Amino acid sequence: MAAPRPLPRLDSDNTAFWTGGKDNELRIMRCRDCAAFIHPPRPVCRNCLSDNVAPEVVAGTGVVDTFTVNHQKWHPAMEVPFVVARVAIDGAPGVYLTTNIVGCAVDDVDIGDRVRVMFEQQDDVYLPMFEKIS
Amino acid sequence: MSSDYAYITGIGQSEVGMRLTRHPLSLTVDAVREALDEAGLDISQIDGVSTYPGRVSAMLGFSPVGADELVDALGIRASWYAGGMEISSQLGAVTAAAMAVRTGQARHVICFRTVYEAAAMARPEEYPMSRRGRVDGYSQWTAPFNALSAAVWTAQYAMRHVKQYGLTREQLAQIALTDRANALLNPRALVREPLTMDDYMSARMISTPLCLFDCDRYTDASTVIIVSAADALDEVSCTPVRIEAMAGSVERLSWDQAEWMACYPTGEDLWKRTDYTPADVDTVQLYDGFSFQAVAWLEGLGFCERGEGGRFIEGGTRIALDGELPLNTFGGQIGGGRLHGFGFAHEAVVQLRGKGEARQIQGDPRVAVCTSGGGPLATALLLVRD
Repeated sequence: MAAPRPLPRLDSDNTAFWTGGKDNELRIMRCRDCAAFIHPPRPVCRNCLSDNVAPEVVAGTGVVDTFTVNHQKWHPAMEVPFVVARVAIDGAPGVYLTTNIVGCAVDDVDIGDRVRVMFEQQDDVYLPMFEKIS
Repeated sequence: MSSDYAYITGIGQSEVGMRLTRHPLSLTVDAVREALDEAGLDISQIDGVSTYPGRVSAMLGFSPVGADELVDALGIRASWYAGGMEISSQLGAVTAAAMAVRTGQARHVICFRTVYEAAAMARPEEYPMSRRGRVDGYSQWTAPFNALSAAVWTAQYAMRHVKQYGLTREQLAQIALTDRANALLNPRALVREPLTMDDYMSARMISTPLCLFDCDRYTDASTVIIVSAADALDEVSCTPVRIEAMAGSVERLSWDQAEWMACYPTGEDLWKRTDYTPADVDTVQLYDGFSFQAVAWLEGLGFCERGEGGRFIEGGTRIALDGELPLNTFGGQIGGGRLHGFGFAHEAVVQLRGKGEARQIQGDPRVAVCTSGGGPLATALLLVRD
């Protein structure tokens, strides 16, 4: 069994993001006034300073912007190698998620790959991981 | 009294090692004593202290000594002091001190960075890492995906360079090879064994494309830079080095929301604040906790076009000790030790004063750039010996 991951402490800013997977939804904060997406989620729009912001469900697909294959065991129980990637989220310009690409060999990941979200639940947190769209 | 410039006067460094047993405050004081001796200053003339990141209780090895502790321990009557992590990076402590002396808040400021990470790993009962519960703040966006180290975060920028601009492992290797060759000539360097291209190419991967030799390693040491006011230079006996320009700019304070690292806007801003240009620079001391950061700094500072960093260092002759732009002449962090930013400023001053002994660059170097930081953290200083 994989070692438990460090989990985020849920708060009023981030709960929508970290629990959206319960409903199979990837939720990104968005400004209702200027339509900009805001990530990390905060109660103010970084584009127009409006307070009128709320989580919005996005498509859950994206593109691998960059990645690395992690070979180092940062703690003894860590299973390696695995892919850490930065995914550009479709429909949310400027938003990137650091994540893992799962469900394929580590050598099969490249920049530009199309990927789709899938959630891994640990306790009350649903971690958005991505797998390649074949 | 205010002045357009601040000056670096005394510099000092403790023993540099791994698993040292000397108290971290004592290492700091060793470096202070050396800096005071060099400047011909007495501790009673020091009226300011500045550090990065201040004492960090949760990670004492990362930063065991704070500015306030040094003020108290050395009986300094401080008219100004500061220490904290929310600044442009390690050498932000020096830019803060420079602003303090330029605005008359202090005359001679001890700036220091003390690291004790190797010792802390060896003596966890004395220097515990805080028990990790849930993560918050910025860590929550990386740690749950086991992206636990700046090596992994930096590797993703490096991979983008590989794929977008064609950076090769042989090109990237020149940072580590240059560092390790220079470290052989520095008696205080942490790693004093030769490194060959074969060693590099066969090294195990940490996080692609970064291998073991692209990473610095935990070090125990303290480095001190004294920043002095223009109207206090008659009190010092060493050759002052003028801080001609400083920059510490960022576009997104994030390791993943920014398209590229903060060294790019910082490098651009540095040259807006001076009439000097990259062509005037005799040596560069560029942050390389991970080798790729130095490549990005070369681009960000305009020594080559964006994307050309790999080709700029190819073969290593240009950045070698006898090359046209000697880089990291003390060994950088990969050879010299993880002095965490301050080593680059220390070495720039050594070279500008002609005190590099076996590693002294040729000619009469008068202009140097030193930097610290990677990812969203970046500070650049342009130093001139008039």
